[in-house]
Amino acid sequence: MENYLIATAVFGCIYALLTLGLNVVWGMAGIINLGLAGFFAVGAYVSALLTLKLHVPIAVGLVAGAIVAAASGTVVALITARLRGDYLAIVTLGFSEAVRIIASNEIWLTNGTDGISGIPGPYRGQITPELFNLLFLGIVVVAVAVVMCLAERLRASPFGRVLHAIRDDEQVTAVAGKHVIAFKVKAFAVSAATMGLAGALYGHYTSYIAPDIYSPLITINIVLALVAGGRGNNYGSLVGAFLVVFVLEATRFLAPLAKGLSHVQVAALRELIISVGLIVILRYRPTGLLAERRPRIRLTDDKPAAAGS
Amino acid sequence: MIAEIVQLIVNGVMAGTVLAVPAIGLTAMYAVLRFPNFSVASHATVGAFAGYMANVQFGLPIVPSVAIAFAVAGVFGVATDEVVLKPLRPAGYMATAVASVALTIALENVVRFAFGNDQRGYDLPIFRDWRLGEIRIGPQQVENLAIAAAVMTALFLFLAFTRTGKAMRAVADNPTLAGIKGINAVVVARLVSFVGMGLAGLGGMLLGLDTTIDPLTGFRAILSIFAAAVVGGLGSIPGAVIGALTIGVGEELCLLFLSPDYRSAVGFMAILLVLTLRPRGILGERAY
Repeated sequence: MENYLIATAVFGCIYALLTLGLNVVWGMAGIINLGLAGFFAVGAYVSALLTLKLHVPIAVGLVAGAIVAAASGTVVALITARLRGDYLAIVTLGFSEAVRIIASNEIWLTNGTDGISGIPGPYRGQITPELFNLLFLGIVVVAVAVVMCLAERLRASPFGRVLHAIRDDEQVTAVAGKHVIAFKVKAFAVSAATMGLAGALYGHYTSYIAPDIYSPLITINIVLALVAGGRGNNYGSLVGAFLVVFVLEATRFLAPLAKGLSHVQVAALRELIISVGLIVILRYRPTGLLAERRPRIRLTDDKPAAAGS
Repeated sequence: MIAEIVQLIVNGVMAGTVLAVPAIGLTAMYAVLRFPNFSVASHATVGAFAGYMANVQFGLPIVPSVAIAFAVAGVFGVATDEVVLKPLRPAGYMATAVASVALTIALENVVRFAFGNDQRGYDLPIFRDWRLGEIRIGPQQVENLAIAAAVMTALFLFLAFTRTGKAMRAVADNPTLAGIKGINAVVVARLVSFVGMGLAGLGGMLLGLDTTIDPLTGFRAILSIFAAAVVGGLGSIPGAVIGALTIGVGEELCLLFLSPDYRSAVGFMAILLVLTLRPRGILGERAY
């Protein structure tokens, strides 16, 4: 039972990383990214293959996973940067499907739909599985803490303020002399890097990855986490991620109660709960549980006649 | 070699004509409602399964089954748009597009709940392929092509000559002006949802006739459908037809040097290529 709880906490942290990554583009800059699963997969595959085939240290694998994910994010963003956002939705979703197709078919590299197993984890095999679980929980908690700090710094920084400005009005931001496309591409790269890191961690934890894991459903899970937690709010992202993992796991326990349903039907019901949940929250509470606190600007001037009158 | 290429082009044209049907549905909805509706995927699946019920359970021939696929998917389209997507449209295309992805997964799972994950095949008479010299043509594909062509012709006539069709084009062209002229945008939106999703459902069934269907039938086709619409120019119906033929032929010709599994990746490459070189597509409007 402890192991199950620890594993759930690890998945919660990995979801939190993904949600924080999505928050940078969608929450802060208002750019859509439906290809999250693709960046998650890129990070996972790069790190898994490097550590397994070239025997590089896991830490290097994690960094490489994040870098390659960021690079692919940059390419996707550059192609669509000048276009309307709806094209970005199409391209990002297409990107994640393309990644899945490549992962399923380049058997020489990715072992196809069978997936890659035996991905090394830190000290796996040298310590007890319980200890490994705890160690990995420590690693992902540190990763979330670091990313959280960086995300908060980013949000409050001038860079973050430009992203907010782009979200609120792209044209005005451009008129104010900001290079909107450059900011968008950078935000996309940062976000993709976070997702790639999450993917790499996931692979090293479970020791197994396969194309099926990176279905659009995971994108919906994370979008739900962000919307439920509160778009634009990093703390909301954390809350939302753990909430989604909690719902996913809780429904697992409800499954035996639904007698007379097959496995497939129970799985379908769980996916249905997530997707309908997202639709309901988008409609009835679009700001999420922890709504973003936006700086208040006083329109009436408290200090009249400061200068020049 | 020449014969092989000709064969692939013939296959591509037939596949492209079938692909044009859901692509027209998508692009028509985009023209009027102004967001990429990803739930085209699940509506294609719903149509495929509605047609399956009509064909296998009730023993209807293909043409009435296809009509039922159109009607059922259309009704689903109007219902889900009313309940799910329409209330979100004022919040912007982003929330609506995201909700449409959630909707597609939800509907897909409704189908999965009812029918399971098994592959199902339609009840079709089996014919031997026709041969023209070295070129082989399947009678079923020809029937699909004929159905798709008939549906498209009917749609063009509807849009060109009926009052309702003209109203739909007017709203797509300039919603404000259409409103001033007294065209009811709400009714037009419902109509375009019905026709658009109906076409998606019909297309889903036509795509399934060649092979088998399962809850992911629509989703597997979504890259090709979107590629067809984007290559032709999002929002342009003739564009969708040209785009679909391009994608259909392109996917087949790529078989010369790629494994068949990469078929749908071809669609994605086409999207990237078009967006880089000519973002508006072949016949579309400005994309930025």
